[in-house]
Amino acid sequence: MSDRAPALIRVRGLSHTYEPGAGEPVPALRGVDLDVHRGECIALIGGNGSGKSTLAKHLNALLLPTAGEVIVDGLDTRDRDAVWAVRQRVGMIFEHPDDQLIAAVVEEDVAFGCENLGLPPTEIRSRVDEALRTVGLEALRRRPPHLLSGGQKQRVAIAGVLAMRPRCLVLDEATSMLDPAGQREVMETVLRLRDEGLALVLITHSMEEAALADRVVVLAGGTVALSGTPSDVFARDDVLRRLRLEAPPIVALARGLAAAGVPLPPGLLTAPQLADAVAAAYRRGRGGA
Amino acid sequence: MIRCEGVTYVYQRGTPFEATAIEDVSLEIAAGDAVGIIGATGSGKSTLVQHLNGLLRPTAGRVYLDDVDINAREVDRRRVRQQVGLLFQYPEHQLFEETVTADVGFGPRNLGLGPDEVRHRTARALAHVGLDPAVFGPRSPFTLSNGEMRRVAIAGLLAMEPRMLILDEPTAGLDPASRREILDHIMRLRSARGLTIALVSHSMDAVARLCRRVIVLDRGRVVAEGATRDVFADPGRLAALGLGVPQVAECARLLRERGVPVRPDVLTVDEARRAILDALAGRRPAPKNVP
Ligand SMILES: Nc1ncnc2c1ncn2[C@@H]1O[C@H](COP(=O)(O)OP(=O)(O)OP(=O)(O)O)[C@@H](O)[C@H]1O
Ligand SMILES: [Mg+2]
Repeated sequence: MSDRAPALIRVRGLSHTYEPGAGEPVPALRGVDLDVHRGECIALIGGNGSGKSTLAKHLNALLLPTAGEVIVDGLDTRDRDAVWAVRQRVGMIFEHPDDQLIAAVVEEDVAFGCENLGLPPTEIRSRVDEALRTVGLEALRRRPPHLLSGGQKQRVAIAGVLAMRPRCLVLDEATSMLDPAGQREVMETVLRLRDEGLALVLITHSMEEAALADRVVVLAGGTVALSGTPSDVFARDDVLRRLRLEAPPIVALARGLAAAGVPLPPGLLTAPQLADAVAAAYRRGRGGA
Repeated sequence: MIRCEGVTYVYQRGTPFEATAIEDVSLEIAAGDAVGIIGATGSGKSTLVQHLNGLLRPTAGRVYLDDVDINAREVDRRRVRQQVGLLFQYPEHQLFEETVTADVGFGPRNLGLGPDEVRHRTARALAHVGLDPAVFGPRSPFTLSNGEMRRVAIAGLLAMEPRMLILDEPTAGLDPASRREILDHIMRLRSARGLTIALVSHSMDAVARLCRRVIVLDRGRVVAEGATRDVFADPGRLAALGLGVPQVAECARLLRERGVPVRPDVLTVDEARRAILDALAGRRPAPKNVP
């Protein structure tokens, strides 16, 4: 879109081929184009091995392109001198909360990244305070991380990234090992950050989570197979199935009800939306009877 | 059949870090049954299931496999672990061989099977989790994607052909199609071979699909137990325990809140659709018209 501010992250013609010691080279990405804008949540979905994690690692220069380019806030990830600036701008959160927490108490853990940036102690302190406040964990700042719940651990990891003042947060299946309460906790936290202007790239196998994004990008065999709003993408049931995906249960339920003649508006994605629409149909039905 | 009697497990006993992970847990899983074990993080699920194949030894209480105390001195724990296969929560902790083929073949080799049988079982197990043995067999397990790695760990377990499967978060990291295929395969094994299944999962959809019965843990104790449908019909209680219900059950709850009389015990999209259509048509569903 030409009327939009320039993309925060611009991926063009990105290809990545792994050269494992044993076996054939693996072409994991083949010519991916993607723009990530400020304040936008992109859900990146796709079958196992479709290249999601590989793409994620290119967004903060953990991997470098075999071909094509990744430009983060004007910085080319191939530029060796820009690597730390890129990593400061794009923070990553992975699946296992335990592997990411290293310090003895929460606040030290949150400070860790800032210390690596070489910031003065007073600055670090104020950033840590702010980050803990943002994720709602000030009260737990002196706790050892291993005594926290899974959702709290992931929020500590998010706070550690936030303290580095990133422009984009990449979550690679960050909720997949959490209980439902923890999943909700993390999703609410990151969507709030999105509302404050942070860009989010959310890699997930939960179609319910993907439905909460602004835009869904589907990878298949290392290329972008489909992209659009959640309601557009999840309406393409046939394509999704071919790509080893499916619509969220609520979308499938809404479709089933509409097919049975219940008057529902299009584009229902969440349980509250569907419940509201069905309740309205119910009241209309009773009013008319 | 597996039975726990008053099982308690204390980590790091006698140190300042002493922590009771599970307390006085008693349960029974009948042969051929499929039981879900749910609970918030830290409720003790993973600790509990590691007792079921003798990997952990209870601090107090006993674990029986077919009425034999598996921690009795004369019992060969290795044989117990061959009969009761455990998929760890973090499969990468379970993979260690240089190639996928070697990794999946590790269990069968340890059973003392001949090379032909090992090869046969390895290829079959890989195919069952949707990985082409020719493509993935020679790869190092550590270069796989998340979901591929978990599928290799599941294949390694299937290749042992245990009579009981304990699955700790088997569907985490799997794409929706693999999730469905692997759960379907496990259900087929249960009906064809009478496999017994214990499923630990945060995915209420997976539990609803696979399990007839559910055990709910909270802070190391069993706090609820019953038919899956009945347990999930009480979303308020589950939410208080940090858990959820399948998304369609949540939708049914929201509808009742909004005055639409939808039956509470729906688990699948299809059941929810019929329940909502019944409510809209003013039909009162027969109590048991859901299969
Ligand atoms: N270090 C590596 N060496 C060789 N091949 C790799 C390596 N890491 C990933 N691959 C391969 O690259 C492809 C893409 O992997 P990637 O991890 O990006 O997939 P993904 O979409 O994140 O999958 P999942 O949903 O399973 O996490 C896969 O075929 C995988 O086997
Ligand atoms: Mg991945």
